[in-house]
Amino acid sequence: MGFYTVLSASVQGLNVAFVQVEADVSNGLPVFHMVGYLSSEVKEAAERVRTAMRNTGFMLPAKKIVVNLSPACVRKRGNVFDLPIAAAVLAALGEIPCGKLKDTLFVGELGLDGKIQPVEGILAIVSEAKEQGIMRCVVPKVNEREGKLVEGIEILGAASLKDLCEWAKGRAMPGADKVEEHRDRMHVRIKSDIDYSEIQGQEGVKRATLIAVAGNHNLLYIGPPGSGKTMMAKRIPTILPELERDESLKITKIYSAAGKVRSEDPLITRRPFREVHHTVTRAALVGGGRIPVPGEVTLANGGVLFLDELAEFPRGVLESLRQPLEDKCIHLVRNHGAYCFPADFMLVAAMNPCPCGYYPDLIRCCCTLPQIQRYLGKISQPFLDRLDVCVEAPKVKYEALTARQSDSDSSTMRSQVEHARKIQERRFRGLGIASNSQMGREAVKEWCVLDTGGERLLRQAYEVMNLTARSFYKTLKVARTIADLAGEEKIREEHIKEAVSYRMIDKKYWGR
Amino acid sequence: MEEEYYEYWFANVEGIRADRKRSIRKCIGSAKAIYNIEETILSAPLRENLSDREVSKIKESRKKKDWKKEYAHLAEKGIRFIPWHSPDYPARFDSLPGMPYALYLKGHLPKEERISAAIVGARRCSAYGERMTLEFAEALAEAGIQIISGMARGIDGFAHRGALNVGGMTCAVLGCGTDICYPREHKGLYQDLERKGGIVSEFPPGTPPLPSNFPARNRIISALADIVLVMEAREKSGSLITADLALEQGRDVYALPGPVTEELSRGTNNLIRQGAGILLNPQEMLDELGIQSKKEEEKEGTDTDRKKGKNKIMLESIENLVYSKLGLYPRNQEELLQEAHLAPQELAGILVSLELKGYISEVSKNYYIRRV
Repeated sequence: MGFYTVLSASVQGLNVAFVQVEADVSNGLPVFHMVGYLSSEVKEAAERVRTAMRNTGFMLPAKKIVVNLSPACVRKRGNVFDLPIAAAVLAALGEIPCGKLKDTLFVGELGLDGKIQPVEGILAIVSEAKEQGIMRCVVPKVNEREGKLVEGIEILGAASLKDLCEWAKGRAMPGADKVEEHRDRMHVRIKSDIDYSEIQGQEGVKRATLIAVAGNHNLLYIGPPGSGKTMMAKRIPTILPELERDESLKITKIYSAAGKVRSEDPLITRRPFREVHHTVTRAALVGGGRIPVPGEVTLANGGVLFLDELAEFPRGVLESLRQPLEDKCIHLVRNHGAYCFPADFMLVAAMNPCPCGYYPDLIRCCCTLPQIQRYLGKISQPFLDRLDVCVEAPKVKYEALTARQSDSDSSTMRSQVEHARKIQERRFRGLGIASNSQMGREAVKEWCVLDTGGERLLRQAYEVMNLTARSFYKTLKVARTIADLAGEEKIREEHIKEAVSYRMIDKKYWGR
Repeated sequence: MEEEYYEYWFANVEGIRADRKRSIRKCIGSAKAIYNIEETILSAPLRENLSDREVSKIKESRKKKDWKKEYAHLAEKGIRFIPWHSPDYPARFDSLPGMPYALYLKGHLPKEERISAAIVGARRCSAYGERMTLEFAEALAEAGIQIISGMARGIDGFAHRGALNVGGMTCAVLGCGTDICYPREHKGLYQDLERKGGIVSEFPPGTPPLPSNFPARNRIISALADIVLVMEAREKSGSLITADLALEQGRDVYALPGPVTEELSRGTNNLIRQGAGILLNPQEMLDELGIQSKKEEEKEGTDTDRKKGKNKIMLESIENLVYSKLGLYPRNQEELLQEAHLAPQELAGILVSLELKGYISEVSKNYYIRRV
């Protein structure tokens, strides 16, 4: 009686910060005072908590109540502290027994009527709590299912302050028996209404897409308007490999922290496909804010980031992608600390070859050479160097458009992708890399073994086509994926040939 | 020296046509006398040769600019000033109307005693135009023919480049001052022309490349040449203006034929129908001009051998199939895929190996042409 402390936590960026909520009741002028470097939304919690307590049937005595959120040097933000404050105050007042509150983490927002409102970032908080060895979490009822995605920690969903008191007094949490067990929906493939079989012709482009997805290589489509670049890219999710459960949890955690999960079906079972419009700001793309919120690169983690109309993006925005493309994570530094968000995505980009889009069709293209060069100049060479597979999506011919059947559909393509990914998984087990695109120079030397024909051809290509060292390694990696798709151990001549045909456009010749 | 300064001033007097300027100059006898027009009129009975308007134009122009400074710039920039009565002024211009009062020159002018050929064509040319231009320019330049063109993008640039490749004489006629490199991406070509060829213009240094200057420039291109070769032209093209001017000036016009379906060859095909000479190969052209190329015999032998070998012996049948579907106009991979009935990976492999063997080249991403 007089003093009690409970545990809470809030999400900062993607990190979870634990907070001790202390409440002290003493004699003195009646006041409800809150300290601990609070932002205004946390300060307002005082009014919510007092009113919710009164409406739940507790009378606040005429005492001095002080609430402290510790550590006091960390700025407290967000709406998760209402519930722990109420719990700590009630326990300090002796209104509820404190036995069960020990080792329990509380998060939740209170309504004036005592109802507990949903909050964001539950999954991140709960899984971090489990890491720290905390036994129980009390979360808003609506977020219960999300919390229960983490196994090995007790999750209690409370609908109101009253429910919490009932539970604290030793009864079961009301409604706890009603929650059906979480269905493991991992391997239920959601039927998609789009399919690669809808795209007629364009077999070469489909093949390039297949290779890029199979090896997780970054991909660039170039072509005139209306040639189906966007259509091609939008169907990539239909051939992405299935998510493993721990990968799925990792992605869901990010989405949870960003407040982007649906409470009724929280687990994200499909790889993300983030399409970004070219008006995107740098902050929205890589993450921004004083306490950074994850940007599109982080939301695309484990999936695909699609940039349509690549040349329309402001140059600065594109350049900010260079570091995440290389390191597979994004470092954001603020004056109170540095954040590192995961950003392991496959970049897919589409663009026109010139402002009007028809180059090299000299009859239809109405751009002058300087115009074309200016257009291409918007994309820097270092950025292009980070794309592995480049393919031209030509205008579709009438015959192809009206042809009945298409050779490859999404399901066959996906099984090819999964087959190739399995080979890669076996190969790189324990090496910390997942796909061919992530191989370093050493790994390339070890795994990209050429037969004699392949060796000769690569040497020839290197000399005749003026490949750079970087494009040389990229070609090898892509060739490795092509060989994996074919189920070959060694990289053969034809694999190298095909890989060479996907090399990046050379600006010197482009716009000749 | 002083006289040249006055000539320079007189060449730049605005509002009097070049032909009229010449007759004024002929009548008065010196540019300095024209500069001091008041005294000249007083001292001699020249009045009837000059209209009041012309006199006032001359008076006005003396104060318009700091002519001394402008004239000094010429020497600084290494530009030679060649008025019409100078011995260096091209004799080819003599009988033609509308020729400029003076020329500005960097490098050298084409020699009078040697044949010179103008090669003109579209700026946005095809790979076919590029190849044929280089081939003709090289062959003609090697035979000692001087190549005249306009240093524009496309055909013009390749014409100069071809001549420079074989160390031949070539001369560019600009639509701006000779101190300005336009288009800018021809910086390298401009410097080569400065050293090894010539850059000539009727516009004083510092004149920007105004669109209205270019038709005027075309008449000088054709006037400097004995024959005019049009390599590629659309139906309405500046190159056709050059061809018309050339005919008016009594120059022979030749045109390079192309597929009737190609927009870029429509202008040249039309020229042929109207009676222009037809460009089939450089050798025939040289024969017609009565020039014997020294390397002709030895070259011919190796040339045909090489061509035969390429098509018949060295290619596998499937590569030959793909090769046969390619031409001098770019075709993309998807079109080939449809026609050849191959798997995309197979076709990609064939195209790469053809490219590595040097039979085809990729002009833009996944667009291929033949290389001969």
